[in-house]
Amino acid sequence: MPELIAKSALEGQTVTLGTVTLAEVDVGPITSIAVFPGGAKAVAKGLKVLGLAMPEPNGFAEKKGARIVWMGRDQAFLTGVAALALEGAAVTDQSDGWTVLAVTGTGAVDALARLVPLDLRLLVFPVGRAVRTQANHMNVVILRSGDYAFEIMVFRSMARTAWHEIDTAMQMLAARAGTKF
Amino acid sequence: MRIDGKGLVDRTKPVRFRFDGKDYAGYKGDTLASALLANDVRLVGRSFKYHRPRGVLTAGSEEPNALVEVIGASNQTPNVRATVQEVFEGLVTQSQNRLGSLKYDLLAVNDYLAPFLSAGFYYKTFMWPRAFWEGLYEPIIRRAAGLGSLSGRHDEGTYEKAFAFCDVLVIGSGPAGLMAALTAGRAGADVILCEESHALGGRLLSDPQTIGGMAAGDWVAQVVAELNALPNVRIMTRTTVTGAYDNGTYGALERVGLHKPARPNLPRECFWRIVAPHAVLASGALERPVAFENNDRPGIMMASAVRTYLNRYGVSPGKRVTLFANTDAARATARDLMAAGITVAAIIDPRPDASAVGDCPVHVGAEVVGSRGRLGLSGIQVRKGSEIIEIETDCLAMSGGWNPTIHLTCHMNGRPRWDEELAAFVPMEGAVPGLVAVGAANGSMSTHGALATGQAAALKMVEALGRKVSVPLPEAEDAPYRLKALWAVEGTGRAWLDFANDVTTKDVKLAAQEGYASVEHMKRYTTQGMAPDQGKNSNVAALAVLADATGRGIPETGTTTFRPPYVPVSIAALGAGGRAEGFAPQRFLTSDQASRDRHAPMIEAGLWYRPSYFPKPGETTWREACDREVNMVRQAVGVADVSTLGKIDIQGKDAGRFLDFVYTNTFSTLPVGRVRYGLMLREDGLVLDDGTSARLGEDHYLMTTTTAAAGLVMRHLDFVHQAFCADWQVRFISVTESWAQFAVAGPKARALVNSFLETPVDLPFMGVAPVRIGGVDGRLFRISFSGEEGYELAVPTRYGEALFRDLLARAETMGGGPYGMEALNVLRIEKGFITHAEIHGRVTAYDIGMEKMVSAKKDCIGKAAATRPGMWGPEREQLVGLKAQAPISAGAHLFVPGQEVHRETDQGYVTSVCWSPTVGAWLGLGFLKDGRARIGEKIRLVDHLRGLDVICEVTGPVFHDPEGEKLRA
Repeated sequence: MPELIAKSALEGQTVTLGTVTLAEVDVGPITSIAVFPGGAKAVAKGLKVLGLAMPEPNGFAEKKGARIVWMGRDQAFLTGVAALALEGAAVTDQSDGWTVLAVTGTGAVDALARLVPLDLRLLVFPVGRAVRTQANHMNVVILRSGDYAFEIMVFRSMARTAWHEIDTAMQMLAARAGTKF
Repeated sequence: MRIDGKGLVDRTKPVRFRFDGKDYAGYKGDTLASALLANDVRLVGRSFKYHRPRGVLTAGSEEPNALVEVIGASNQTPNVRATVQEVFEGLVTQSQNRLGSLKYDLLAVNDYLAPFLSAGFYYKTFMWPRAFWEGLYEPIIRRAAGLGSLSGRHDEGTYEKAFAFCDVLVIGSGPAGLMAALTAGRAGADVILCEESHALGGRLLSDPQTIGGMAAGDWVAQVVAELNALPNVRIMTRTTVTGAYDNGTYGALERVGLHKPARPNLPRECFWRIVAPHAVLASGALERPVAFENNDRPGIMMASAVRTYLNRYGVSPGKRVTLFANTDAARATARDLMAAGITVAAIIDPRPDASAVGDCPVHVGAEVVGSRGRLGLSGIQVRKGSEIIEIETDCLAMSGGWNPTIHLTCHMNGRPRWDEELAAFVPMEGAVPGLVAVGAANGSMSTHGALATGQAAALKMVEALGRKVSVPLPEAEDAPYRLKALWAVEGTGRAWLDFANDVTTKDVKLAAQEGYASVEHMKRYTTQGMAPDQGKNSNVAALAVLADATGRGIPETGTTTFRPPYVPVSIAALGAGGRAEGFAPQRFLTSDQASRDRHAPMIEAGLWYRPSYFPKPGETTWREACDREVNMVRQAVGVADVSTLGKIDIQGKDAGRFLDFVYTNTFSTLPVGRVRYGLMLREDGLVLDDGTSARLGEDHYLMTTTTAAAGLVMRHLDFVHQAFCADWQVRFISVTESWAQFAVAGPKARALVNSFLETPVDLPFMGVAPVRIGGVDGRLFRISFSGEEGYELAVPTRYGEALFRDLLARAETMGGGPYGMEALNVLRIEKGFITHAEIHGRVTAYDIGMEKMVSAKKDCIGKAAATRPGMWGPEREQLVGLKAQAPISAGAHLFVPGQEVHRETDQGYVTSVCWSPTVGAWLGLGFLKDGRARIGEKIRLVDHLRGLDVICEVTGPVFHDPEGEKLRA
């Protein structure tokens, strides 16, 4: 049996238009941690190994390449490190279920404003914020990883639509910027 | 006529454009209206109903007359206001609502029929015979009375929608808006300033004056420069705020590319949703016409519009202008005109106490009572006391005072307040939370009033935001606003109120006379205010005429409701990006490209795209491919991508208990390593979904749902968990996207699967085991949806494409290959397996013959409801098989042979059909009254839509291998 070739949904493609860059990025393993009733202490102990704790609602935290993202009540995604065996939580591999798109550049907010009904101004949505929201018709998770950098987690099967829609927003922004009357 | 040295258009940038097939020249900064007037084109349209010649009335988005069609390379936009459309090189436009040329519109005959065409005419005349309305009357009326036309093709132009957020939204950039934006901007608040036009300044661009000791234009330029330099201020020109909605949300339409030649990816329009806790409404006021006989001729226009064309565009709409106005502002217009070298023939001021002093003839206490000129004004009649004076003029500038633009303040059902002094409605304070009207929009008619109220409102908002600022208030004119309300001049002829919908004072009086005395009834009876301008030019005057006719005051008469949008918004902008494939996300399988490589037509299954069938050379119909694929699975081996099925990972000590609760049957007793088929009910006892769940570990299950109900089941589980058993030790998450899963079915399935496994396994039917494939951890299930020995092989999604291609390649060496949705459907019908065609939301477990699966030993969601009378028994339609030698159809209904075919004798219906190459007959699944007791009977299948009438044999639902020997082989 030959080795199976692994493929990401968008094969790592990248595009830059004007001040915005869109790229599929690999965030490494993604593990869902869903804390059982009464399991919080055990989970906290288990996460301590990584220097992390369950994140605050609508937030994420990072430590040495490991990132923990709030996903819902008693639920978080651990990314960038191998799955942990955790007491007190249901641990489920989600690595293959998501495509992560990085939208970066000074115009990133403007591109996302075409799709996301959220106030993404830096003061309101600072670095370290992570929300489950919508990008047009798709359910997504949006993380602010930098002043001009976002990561968008979208269902893998919808990656092409997500790419197309963000790319279209970028094309329109570029066309606006490039035409002077 | 263009006036040298006047106006803000760029004389260094001439542009050529086309109107009704003729080329004209204008300048950058011109609107189509100003450029046409500069070329002495006065006739630009025909009226809605009477097809009367019409010209430009206003200089803003409220224009009722000058509506044109803009012709693009790939689209045609009707009802474009010439006063809003900017000219650009190559702009092509044409007049609308005419039969023949604009000059010789054949439908102008309607005007001569006017005595018969009064309000309510259609309702009274076209009543009989009833059937003629739809087929004859309506099409003719629609052709005769109308607006622009559409191309009939899809609008493939680019449109955009977007969201914006700020602390202070300023609507309008006249003196009040600029002052508010400057104040909030200097304080450091996030400001969005929306201006409908392409340039900031509002009336300051049209009315020469001094602000803070400098020319108004210079003051505007200075403020705009400062606002542009502030990083916290965002200026959105060509943007009309169209509506005020809940929680500080405003809709706004931006004309992004409509003033330029079309370009790839450049949006034509963008529909914005702007969220702002504070908003300043500085939308100014709209000047109102006066109703007098024949007040609708081309050349009769608003006095403010004449001033705008002169001062902003450097265009005089006439050579010999007269003014008819009841405010002092008209005198300034006359002065501006004369300074530009235009003859002012007379000023007619209805106020008896007005000053008679002027540099031109002034008729005080006089009224215009009529006009002449067929395609354009040539003269007016003025009544002064008992005397009628004829005045030759080609342009009459009229003004009946101003209506504050209060629309947005009424969008959340707030009613405006009548102000006697202004003779106008003004906003009720707090009608839209967070929105404060200032300047003329709030009845402060002087420039000083605008600046002061704009600043005061912004200061309050700045304070509420916890900021401080000090901005000096520049000096400006503060002349009192004196007017005598004048709505309509006494007379016998037709005097227009609503130019856009051809409603006259007579129509309003007729409405009152016929009992439509409420303003809402009058509106609907006459259609006043229902045209694209939504009554901006006519509402207040119409209700004043109605008030007069009914002997009530204006405040008692009230207004109709102002609703969004403030200006017409194209559906294309509202639905930007949603046309065709943009309607919904597309979900693609990892096998997508491999299927397309084999020329499989892809069909939509929910949001997924799945292969319909895999055509082979020589096959000319889908049926040939489908039959071959079915035989292939029955005789060798077939491979199908089933990754679309919902997969839910369920963990915890109470996981089995939870499944027992949501499924009708028991899962807590399922041994590890085994799979069980489960049935799920809704709370109302009807079937929600079915599927298999595997026990992967002591506290670990994997549930499979149908493709269609994957989201629905996840939502259901969430609800059940949160509402009924939140304290249970159970957690679940969708892993649908995490696994690529392939069905391998047929007598050679085991051999094919084992050739992929590092360590072959010998799975029993309904078994599950972890496997390794080429170094990758996967899962193998022995389950079947085809009736053959079947497996499902799952690997992490990233390996899906590779595994699918490898599976196909090897299957083909074994006489097998891929099979699509069509074959999958035939296989499951032959085996009597149900899908959502059968469990469509109205069937019970009893109906599908699975009542024994509802465990008697435990409770489950839906069990109580499922046992109610009426949910089971012989009166129910029950799942049966149907067999026929002629084509049958899903959707057909079943009847007793020999009985009449009508609703009352209906015995049931058909849910799925196929041609079965295995059985050699047409097979169907359907629901038949007391069906299980009727197996062996003949039944008549009727499909009126497809013209089918076939006698079928009623059978059990399982046609193929009813004992299930093949599954367990």
